[in-house]
Order: sequence, then structure tokens, then C-alpha cells
Amino acid sequence: MHITLKVWRQTGPDATGRFETYEAPDISPEMSFLEMLDLVNERLIEAGREPIEFDSDCREGICGTCGLMINGQAHGPQRATATCQLHMREFSDGEHITVEPWRAAAFPIVKDLVVNRAALDRIVEAGGFITARVGSAPDANLIPVPKESADAAMDAAACIGCGACVAACPNSAAQLFTAAKVQHLNLLPQGQAQRWSRTQEMVETMELFFGSCTNYGECHEACPKEISLDFIAMMNRDYVKAMLTNRQRDGQKKVG
Amino acid sequence: MAQASADTDQAVATRPGAEAGVVHRRRSRRKLPWPIGFYRTAVGKKWVMALSGIALLGYVLVHMLGNMKVYLGPEEINSYGESLRELGGHLVPRTNLLWLMRIGLILAFAVHIHSAYSLTRMNISSRPERYQGGRDYIAVNFASRTMRWTGIIVLLYLAYHLADLTWGWANPDFIRGDVYHNMVESFSRWPVAILYIVANVALAIHIYHGAWSMFQSLGINNPRYNEARRVFAGAFAFAIGAGNVLFPVMVLTGVIG
Amino acid sequence: MTLTLDAKIPSGPLTDKWNNHRFELKLVNPNNKRKFKIIVVGSGLAGASAAASLAELGYEVEVFTFHDSPRRAHSIAAQGGINAAKNYQNDGDSVFRLFYDTVKGGDFRSREANVYRLAELSGDIIDQATAQGVPFAREYGGLLANRSFGGAQVSRTFYARGQTGQQLLLGAYQSLANQIREGSVTLYNKMEMLELVVEDGRTVGIICRDLISGEISAHAAHAVVLATGGYGNVYYLSTNAMNSNATAIWRAHRKGAAFANPCYTQIHPTCIPASDEFQSKLTLMSESLRNDGRIWVPKAYDDNRPPGEIPEAERDYYLERKYPAFGNLVPRDVASRNAKLVVDEGRGVGPLKNGVYLDFADAITRDGRDTIEAKYGNLFDMYQRITAEDPYDLPMRIYPATHYTMGGLWVDYDLMSTIPGLFVLGEANFSDHGANRLGASALMQGLADGYFVIPYTIGGYLSTFLGQPPLPTEHEAFENARRAVEERTRTFLSTKGTRSVDYYHKELGKLVWDNIGMARNRTGLEKAIAEIPALREEFHSNVRVLGSGDSLNSSLEKAGRVADFFELAELMARDALHREESCGGHFREEHQTAEGEARRDDENFSYVAAWEWKGPDTPQELVKEPLTFEHVELTQRSYK
Repeated sequence: MHITLKVWRQTGPDATGRFETYEAPDISPEMSFLEMLDLVNERLIEAGREPIEFDSDCREGICGTCGLMINGQAHGPQRATATCQLHMREFSDGEHITVEPWRAAAFPIVKDLVVNRAALDRIVEAGGFITARVGSAPDANLIPVPKESADAAMDAAACIGCGACVAACPNSAAQLFTAAKVQHLNLLPQGQAQRWSRTQEMVETMELFFGSCTNYGECHEACPKEISLDFIAMMNRDYVKAMLTNRQRDGQKKVG
Repeated sequence: MAQASADTDQAVATRPGAEAGVVHRRRSRRKLPWPIGFYRTAVGKKWVMALSGIALLGYVLVHMLGNMKVYLGPEEINSYGESLRELGGHLVPRTNLLWLMRIGLILAFAVHIHSAYSLTRMNISSRPERYQGGRDYIAVNFASRTMRWTGIIVLLYLAYHLADLTWGWANPDFIRGDVYHNMVESFSRWPVAILYIVANVALAIHIYHGAWSMFQSLGINNPRYNEARRVFAGAFAFAIGAGNVLFPVMVLTGVIG
Repeated sequence: MTLTLDAKIPSGPLTDKWNNHRFELKLVNPNNKRKFKIIVVGSGLAGASAAASLAELGYEVEVFTFHDSPRRAHSIAAQGGINAAKNYQNDGDSVFRLFYDTVKGGDFRSREANVYRLAELSGDIIDQATAQGVPFAREYGGLLANRSFGGAQVSRTFYARGQTGQQLLLGAYQSLANQIREGSVTLYNKMEMLELVVEDGRTVGIICRDLISGEISAHAAHAVVLATGGYGNVYYLSTNAMNSNATAIWRAHRKGAAFANPCYTQIHPTCIPASDEFQSKLTLMSESLRNDGRIWVPKAYDDNRPPGEIPEAERDYYLERKYPAFGNLVPRDVASRNAKLVVDEGRGVGPLKNGVYLDFADAITRDGRDTIEAKYGNLFDMYQRITAEDPYDLPMRIYPATHYTMGGLWVDYDLMSTIPGLFVLGEANFSDHGANRLGASALMQGLADGYFVIPYTIGGYLSTFLGQPPLPTEHEAFENARRAVEERTRTFLSTKGTRSVDYYHKELGKLVWDNIGMARNRTGLEKAIAEIPALREEFHSNVRVLGSGDSLNSSLEKAGRVADFFELAELMARDALHREESCGGHFREEHQTAEGEARRDDENFSYVAAWEWKGPDTPQELVKEPLTFEHVELTQRSYK
């Protein structure tokens, strides 16, 4: 295959970036998209030019490190597939492919195609946990969890934190990520004690960085794990309840 | 990157390098009364937008159904107009109840527009640099992408509509109280009829996304009836669009008037 | 001076050792804990769980990860599950049985006391993970489900679909996030540890490079915990993540930490074979596939017919033929070696003739497509995404790939290396798996080390340093280490050779795979020992690293890692050569039975081979820690 690549090059966070065009001849359709970039880099190094920086680690679609905007789609054209599992056979010989980094105010570009997604960690740190000191846990079978709840929680917990939802959202909203993180824990009996403080803290921290949800649904289409929009609705519902419950609890604190 | 705990109002402390450049908004230090605190958040604004949207949907539906009395002749529609003013009968002074409803409607409009405005600003600031290579959308449709524009069209049209048929400033043949006459006079002018049709198509498009989206914003969701939400939004948008567009069409074709 | 290894195994009966030891360990008063600073390097299962639990205790913890988020560590890719001796299934499991299975599975090359502690703690891990909200699979009654895994005769494996590693890591990461929020953990992301700082025979801190700004900084602490994973990427192609590396443990080794059993590497039999020379990594398919799939190759050499056209009589179901009792469920090393055997014979399948078939046709006929889809749907989808072949119609093609390294830094019962104050957890240490690791035991070991061992044992070490602040980073020990790191970085950037880092990594990988891979022999190992230094020399004089050191530069990062892999590969070869026996993941062709089975030599090799660094130009020196077995009887495995 012969591919023409248009790749975003930017030397640093404050530098001005631009597209550069690279010809990539002799590409095997069996290659993954990132292996194609590896090869392009190898040839760039041979020619004495700086290779293209891009993020990747596990290359089996689970760590969430990779993520590129490929022809205007987060993680490229294949559904439910992270960039690392996208293969060149999805493209045709002679195709022009545009590769850009995720873009959002909360994801500043580090270099070329690499962005900083630390904002997602801030959301989790705000409340995306169940406080259970090591040593204090009761026997695991002491809390029966309905299979349906466990399955739904697992559906949410499948999120790999790649940020494709933010990248694909016309508003740069992180609703799908946050909803997945909130509902994974809110759906489980173990998560109930911190349910309302978690929901409020995580939603409000999310809004410090990201845009708002206008229900476009692009996030779900881009998500490599096909996380459902239903979780966003659940989070919206929980957020109102959280506002009321937390207010009530504040009141109780004052009385006590 | 060393950083302050996430719930303080301090900007996240940055270590050179790893955390540099992550933009975020400052959180308000003050604890506000809960309705205001709620409205300050984007999720809260979406709730307010959805609830005011429901009020406005109810209004456009009732407005359209009421106006359908035009098919029954001048007396029916004119007395319908009059009885709106006399809502509440002799229990309340004339037009008071109508004004109460109008105030509610104005409020609904105001928060609907304000929430849309401030969320739009938030969303624009969340991606200062657009995708330079363009986007290839999958899920968005014409309605969801154009909410801001259809909303503005409907708002501008509303101003004209009030001037035309409520206050009469834009209608040279306006007769206060003669709803039937005013409607026929207005719609028999081509430019007005076209404006009306365009605006109502925009309204229908706006409703098509809004009437689905509100369920998500309010968290009304259940896989059993999620499909029905789309059907409902489509049917509602079609009914409002068709019902309203038919008025000028009927005037122009002479069925009314 | 030659090192003496004291494993510090507590006295008393096996079942009481850990309990007694916990009582004997000195405690640190709660108010004094905050005066101790601990550095944790790595944020996978072992690192994140250690950091969270140490911070809960009140220590001042700093976590360093080269990832952008702690959640991306490669523990996340573990699919199958985690073992625990809960006996929820009432099928005869017990702590002793898990202990026994692990020692036997490790081919009697691990410490009894360590393994027993691991088995004892296994149940607590499940309790802890469940309390954190890990969505383990459930029965309809709401209680936990189990499955049998990797040939175990009891169902003791807990799992969360095919993403158990991900879910357990998220549990540990969330606990870590909780502590970050509390302010008791400071997280340094995108920071790679490039040197260990040792002063006066004690660990005093580390030197890091900020991968984004290129800044080299020194960090001091009372103790350093390394949880940086295994070294499988020495093979270039492995199931490890692209960035997994041995630099942290190798730097520690060079500072005096003994490296134990480097030749014990595990090859996983069911991975997707490489599709071309540009393959960057191999993807593992869960071992559970062997429960229903039948492995075969054509009987004829160079048979180019598509699998569907090869009649039953011309297929060789070689595992079923050679091991009638276990068939396709023989242990990982046996399955792997036999696959290599048939491929080397020229009976491999696929376009590159580098795989064997794993055929589900019989299972689909027997159980129906729906049943197979319910069991393996995810895996089949993944296979199809990677190969564009439909495993419901065509047999899968599989081939072994490096998966896990049992070797690692030598640690005592307290998980402390031979450098005081340096603790090593998880895959980075050598402690619990002997010569071979059982399926679903890696997650168990990482979390046991992090949640339940290090919080106790580190206190015993720290208690003697009360009132002593960490060494200031201006101290010349830090300055020297920092300068060494800067010098190394500068050297790579100024070499200006002609070949990329990846080129040398691939060349090294081929050499290691061919000679220190699934089956080893004296000739190959001697060849490796001769050729690796030559290639290393070429690497150092001819590598081309472009760009600068003061911004993100992945070539530069890789250069340092590959340089360390070169030294490690040589040690692996030397260790494999000296171990004149076959055991677990280490198979020496000279030492096999007439049937081609591994033959152990308990008489001469029942010891841990720990290697001590003797300087860059001197080979490491072997120090032995003898292994004694009081509670299990040493047997030869047989899967006939």
C-alpha cells in the first residue's frame, strides 16, 4: 500500500503547530496503524529527521495510552477499536490520511501528537473511589451484589480512560468518562456510603476542565469500549439527588 | 506533578513539564444557596434548560391547538382569544391569570436562553483550537448541530411574531382583538408567510433534538423505553412543525379567509 | 567482598511464620510515621497498592510513574483472573493446596515460606478488592463466581470478564487517587527513574528524568520501593507493553542489588503470531481458549492447503497424541515447547508458517456456536480485529510469546533487596513463582506484596532510623548520580550514529529469542554470550538518537532502556548456561527425558541463583541461596 500522511507537528505546548505531509510507500495491510507510524518514524530517523512523537503502550486496546484523531474521527474509522488495534487494511491504497492530536483546552499538546490528559485523573481524585482502608474489608461474600448490578458496574468500569470521548465531543465534554467512573461505583452496594459526595465532587471537578454535554452522542461512537450514553443520564439523575441529599446532610451536621 | 487536593479552589499547582498547560476554571469559594449553586453547574443548567424546555414545549403545543380554532371561523378563534384574557373567570381580575402565565413563559424563555448562552461560552472555551484537519461526525445530526442557530432564528422570529400579531406594530391592518382578521391579513402577505414557515421549520428542528435531549439531561432513562424517546421527539417536532406551517399555507390557498 | 544472602525466613512452623514475624517486626508509632518519606517507583498493581496502603498508615509517600496516569501500568492488560484460596466452591481448596500448587507449578524453585504467605494472604486480596468496588463476576445469588484456570483442579480464580487486571488495577489506582486527594501521596507522572542513589550502603533516593521537560532531578527518601514490572521486552517481541522495561531494577542491580534467576522467563502458548517483520508487539489470547480448542498442524511438511482442505487423517493433533491424559491442557511451557518443535520442523501454518492451529470446529459442532460465543465472544472479536480472520469459520493461528519473567531482583522475606532500604515488589522481584508461574497468580502476588506485606515489613526497617531526616539532595551522592545520568543522556544524543534504537532492540530481541528462548542449549547460550557484547558495542557507537534532551523524546527514552536490556540479556545467557538442568520456564535441551520432558537436577541446582554486579567490565558473580523443602515432596511433573 502507498499512503500519504498529513501529520500534525508541534515542537512544544506553546509552539505553533502545522501539518506536515509524509509519503509512506510499501505499507503492509497487516500492520496496525501505530506500526505504520513506527515505520514512518524509522524512515524519518534514517533520513536524519526527528521522528513523530505519539503515545502508545500496551497496543492491545486496554491501557488507553494511545489516541489519535484519524481523518477527523477519534481512534479512526473502525468502531469499538482503539488506535493501536486499528489496522491498515481499513484504509485503501493511495489514501490520504490526516492525523491530529486530541484537542481540548484541558488536553494541552505536549509535542506532536501527544497530549496531557492529567485532567481525567483530577476527576477521579475528586471522588472516584470507595474509601476502604486496607485491612478493614469484610469477607468478600458478606455483601451480596445482584448480578445485574455487578454486570452494569462492569459495563461502566470497562472505560480505559483514553479521552476519545472528550476528543470526539464537539463541546470537549468529559461526560462519558465521568459518568462511567461515577456509575461504576454508584451502581454497587459498596459504593453507596460515598455515593452523593462522590457524584457532586466528580461532576463539579469535571466542569472545571471540560465542556458541557449537549447529547450529541459522538462520545459513544468514538468510545473503544462502547460505553453507553445511559450512564450519562444516570449521572445527571444522581447529581440532582446528590445536591439535595448533600444539602440535607450539611443540615444534619449543623444540628449534630 | 505535585498538586493540591482536587476540592480546593486553588488552581492546581504545576510542576514544570508534566502538568503544564492544563487549563481549568476556578471554582467559586462561596457556598451558594442550593438553587443558585445548582444552576451554576453545567449539569444544573442542563436540568434548567430541560425543565424550561418542557414548559415551552407545552406552550407551543397549546398555542398551536388553540390557533386551530381558526379553522372553525372568526367567532370561535376570537372568543378563544378573549377567553384567554378571562382565564380564571370572575375569581381573579381580568388578564391577571394570563399575565401570570406570561410571566412564567418569559421566565422560562429567559433561563432557557441564558443557560444556552452560558453553556455555549463554556463549550467554546473548552476547545480554543479547533481540529485543523476537520471532523468527520458520526452521531450528530442536523438538528443537534444547529440548536444554537435554530434557537436564534426562533428567538428573532418571536420578536417579530409578537410585533405582528400581539402588539400589531408590524401589521398595518392590525385590529386589536380580531385574531382571525389579523392572522389572515398577515399571512396573505408572501414575505410574512415565508418568514413564518421558515421559523416554524426551525422550531420543529429545534424540538426534534430538544425533546429527545431533555430526557437525557433529566436522567429519564431506561433501556426499555429509550427508543420511544426518539419516536416521541420526532412525532412532537413533526406535529408542531406541520400544524404551524399549515396556517399560512391555508391562508395563502384561501382555505382560511 | 562476596555477598551473603540471608533470606531472613522467620522461625517456627510454616503456618505460623508470617504471624510470628508480624509480631516480631518493630512498629513505628503513628505520630512518627509521617516523619518517614517513602518513594514508590511504578504504579501498577504492586506499586499503586503499596503506595495507597503506606499512605493510609501515615507515611509520606511519593509515587513516580513514567506513564501519564498511574492507571496505565501494564498490570491492566492481565485478562484471566486472580487466584485465592477462598474455597467458596467447596471443591477442596485450601491455603495449603494453593501453596502446594504454586510450589509445584514453580518446579520447586521457590521459597516455601514466601509462597505459603502468599497463599495465606490471597483471600484478603479478594476481600479488599471487593470492598473497593472491583466488579468481580457474580452468581445470580449475588455471591462471587469462580472458574478453574490454567489446569488447576479446583475453581479458585476470581475474574471480571476478560479484564481482571484492568479492574484490580483500577481498584488500586482509585485507592491511590483517594490518598492523593487526602494529600498523603504526591504523584509524579511522566517521570522515569534512571538511577538509584546509595550512600553508606543504604538506599537514600533516586534520580529521575521528567519525560516532558527533560529535567533531571534528585529525590531523597528513607526507603525506596521498586514495583516496575518484568523484563520481558528484552525479547523485543513480547506481550508486554511497548514501554515496559528493566531500567529501574537494572540500575539498582548495578548499585549492588543482586539479580536472581534471570533465566526464568515464561512463554505463553496462546498468542497471535507475528504478521510481518514490522510487528511491534504480540497479543495474548486467554489461556482459557485451550479448554475448547484443539491444537493441530498438518502432518506433511510445507503443506500449503487452507485448513479446511486438510482432511482429518492428515492432521496432527500433536498435544493429544503425545499427552493423552492432559491433551491440549498441558502446562504453558509444555504447550509452548511443542509448538516451537512443530514450527521448527517446517509444519507451521499461516502465511509466514509461524503458527499452529487452535481449532474450534469440534467445539462448535458439539456445543453450538452460541455456547462458544458466550464463552469466548470477546476473544474471538479481538482475534478477528487483529487478523481479519473469522475464528468461527477458520481455525485460529497461535504461537508462543514471552509473557512474564519470574526472575528479578533478589529479596528477602521482607521483600528487601541486598541494598538496605531498597524494597522490590511484584514482577520486579523474584520471590514467589520459582521457575514457572501458575496462571492467575501474577495479580495475586503483586497485590499481596503491595497491600499486605510491605506495610508491615517496611516498618521494621524504618524504625531504626527514627529522628534521621532523609539525606539532602545537595549531598554529593545525589550530585554524582545526577551527573552520571546527565552524562548518559548526553552520550546518547551525541553519538550520532546511523541506526535507530529500535533497530538494535530488534536485533537484540532476535538473538535473545533464538538462543535464550523457549529451549536453550549450550551452543546457543555460548553464542549469545559471545555476540551480545559485540552488538552492544555497536549499539553504543552507532546508535542515532535525534532531537534534544529537553523535551519529550521517545528515542532517547528507549535508548537508555535498550542499553540496559543489552546488559541484562548477557546475564540471562550466563544464568541459563550455568543452570545445567531443565526446570519450569528454563528448558535446557541437554537435560530432558527420553520423552522430551524437562529433567530437574535437585541434587545440584536446588538453589536461587543470585548474581552480584562486579563492575561494567567484569562478569557478575554467582551467589547461591539454597532452597530447602520441608512441607512438599519434590516430584517430577508428568502430563502423560
